[in-house]
Amino acid sequence: MSQKTYRDAIREALREEMLRDERVLIMGEEVGVWGGTYAVTRGFYSEFGDKRILDTPIAEEAIVGTAVGAAMGGLRPVAELMTINFALVAMDQIVNNAAKIHYMFGSQVRVPLVIRAPAGWGQLAATHSQSFEAWFAHLPGLIVVMPGTPYDAKGLLKTAIRSDNPVMFIEHARLYGVKGEVPDEEYTLPIGVSDVKRPGRDVTIVSYSRMLHVALGAAEELATAGIECEVIDLRTLRPLDMAPVYASVEKTHRAVIVEEDWTTCGMGAEIAARIGRDRFESLDAPVERMGQVDVPMPYAKNLEELMFPDEKSVAEKVRDMVA
Amino acid sequence: MAATSPSRVSASDTAGIDVTGAEALDWFKKMSLIRRFEERAEEAYGQGKIGGFLHLYIGEEAVAVGAMAALRPDDDVITHYRDHGYVLARGVEPKRVMAELYGKATGLSKGKGGSMHMADVKRHVWGGYAIVGGHIPLATGLALANQYRKLPHVVACFFGEGATNIGTFFAGLNLAAVWKLALVAIVENNRYGMGTAFERVSAVSDVYKKACAFDIPAEQIDGNDVLAVRDAVHRMVERSRAGGGPQLIEAMTYRFRGHSMGDPQRYRTKEEVEEAKARDPIVRWRRTVLTSGLAAKTDLEKIRDEVEAEVEEAVRFAENSPAPDPSELCSDVLVSE
Ligand SMILES: Cc1ncc(C[n+]2csc(CCOP(=O)(O)OP(=O)(O)O)c2C)c(N)n1
Repeated sequence: MSQKTYRDAIREALREEMLRDERVLIMGEEVGVWGGTYAVTRGFYSEFGDKRILDTPIAEEAIVGTAVGAAMGGLRPVAELMTINFALVAMDQIVNNAAKIHYMFGSQVRVPLVIRAPAGWGQLAATHSQSFEAWFAHLPGLIVVMPGTPYDAKGLLKTAIRSDNPVMFIEHARLYGVKGEVPDEEYTLPIGVSDVKRPGRDVTIVSYSRMLHVALGAAEELATAGIECEVIDLRTLRPLDMAPVYASVEKTHRAVIVEEDWTTCGMGAEIAARIGRDRFESLDAPVERMGQVDVPMPYAKNLEELMFPDEKSVAEKVRDMVA
Repeated sequence: MAATSPSRVSASDTAGIDVTGAEALDWFKKMSLIRRFEERAEEAYGQGKIGGFLHLYIGEEAVAVGAMAALRPDDDVITHYRDHGYVLARGVEPKRVMAELYGKATGLSKGKGGSMHMADVKRHVWGGYAIVGGHIPLATGLALANQYRKLPHVVACFFGEGATNIGTFFAGLNLAAVWKLALVAIVENNRYGMGTAFERVSAVSDVYKKACAFDIPAEQIDGNDVLAVRDAVHRMVERSRAGGGPQLIEAMTYRFRGHSMGDPQRYRTKEEVEEAKARDPIVRWRRTVLTSGLAAKTDLEKIRDEVEAEVEEAVRFAENSPAPDPSELCSDVLVSE
């Protein structure tokens, strides 16, 4: 084991899979000469050359569409979108091609594709601060992974690249510098398995990606007041593994979902509905949801700071729930 | 050259100067204002007073200033996110632009938009847009509205060469051509989209040639020559206004700074940047103005002092303005009806 950043963990996963399978190639804006907007693919252009590291024009519909076609044609492309916001430009390719082709053609065609894209924010204003994971998780035919730790990011990305299915792999710009334990030896992690990141008996906090860290911070603080939260990291948003969530709710009888996206029609709504249907008897309180304020992201810092749940507001919510 | 086919028009600093002394000074002032304004914005960014992305226009000032000089005040302008130059060239008060960069309530967009989203609709500036190419169909739509409402306005749509490989470029301009709309696309070719040299990712790297896909007139011009820009935009805009349909201008220029703050610029050499700086549009215009006797050195010095004072005033205004009230967070999501 050694301490590695989320960025390095992702880079290692990409590099190992590139070395392992020459059908893997990377395409996207600034992935080559620049070395990746968030420096994930730094050094790859000189190591793997311009046949496997493809700098593209600014045309996300062509990046994803070409990657889908290349996947159909026997390659295993990893398409990088500079940020998830630009996935909107490629939405038709993702929704109507990547996610449909296998089913629509009676399983004759496979699309072994990974689309990597970071969510994130930081005074980037309304069009550059979004994450949309619920939109992608809405789609049958697509796998959606949203890792929160270096360990999970590496293990899940390797599996995603080896998968014969299209995978939306959503990273977070604010996690790239976060460090965590990563094994030195080769490993992979299964897609579709949620993970208990902190055991507890009083309240279940369900989260993923950056909000996982907020949830863990809140749990830490609450523990000093004798409130023990169980923090569950979904890691994969589709398929959704509810088993650890159900097991937890049976114990705690209370759950809150903390997401970074808007809560309206979001992941929390889905999880709350499933808990409500499948563990209604276990609940002592309504399932709560926390997420960003239901407005477009403003630029001004003082307004942006009001947008997301933080450790303090999550802790407050949990205190209310147990009061 | 035939106006109906894409052409390359060479411009030179001395070719038939058709400009008054007052115009010459106005352009010098506006270009200097943009330059100084952005240098101060860069400083404020370094002090953490401005956040997010800050895409500087330094080196490209002649395009905005020349183009605005050719447009009527009620012609419509819509731009990409490297947009400080356009609003300043349009005559928007620098203090309101600086306040927007500072995220203050007194900013052009109430502090909600920031650097990439400058709009001043009363001056027919319909905003800066940050999804590459996303505003090109909007320009087509604004021009459709003008045509439908029988308004004589031309739409000027600004974007970088990097935006000419995305679907909206082709779809937007095609429709403008089909409907013969009054629209001029002004492409600032500064040679790089972030760190990608245009010719590495564009099958056709002279943007003006792409106009043949829409069968519309196009010219490639020296974008660092403010007069050449004014003249070309004037030609194109008036032809479009007279019913000639959309037109395209490729203004060749160069950005002296990185793509945004913190760009290590590994994709180009220092020599290349230095060489480009030798074609600095402000220095060139200054030289032209002086050698042609359009103005005296003292006039230009006076302007430099005025610009300095205006920019300082803008910074002071931004610093002293209030942040948006927290209640602003949830206002204006929908028009209240
Ligand atoms: C659809 C989309 N993809 C990617 C980006 C990220 N991005 C912002 S600016 C830029 C380069 C644009 O280059 P160009 O259009 O030539 O304009 P310049 O920045 O040179 O003025 C890129 C790739 C974006 N904003 N929108």
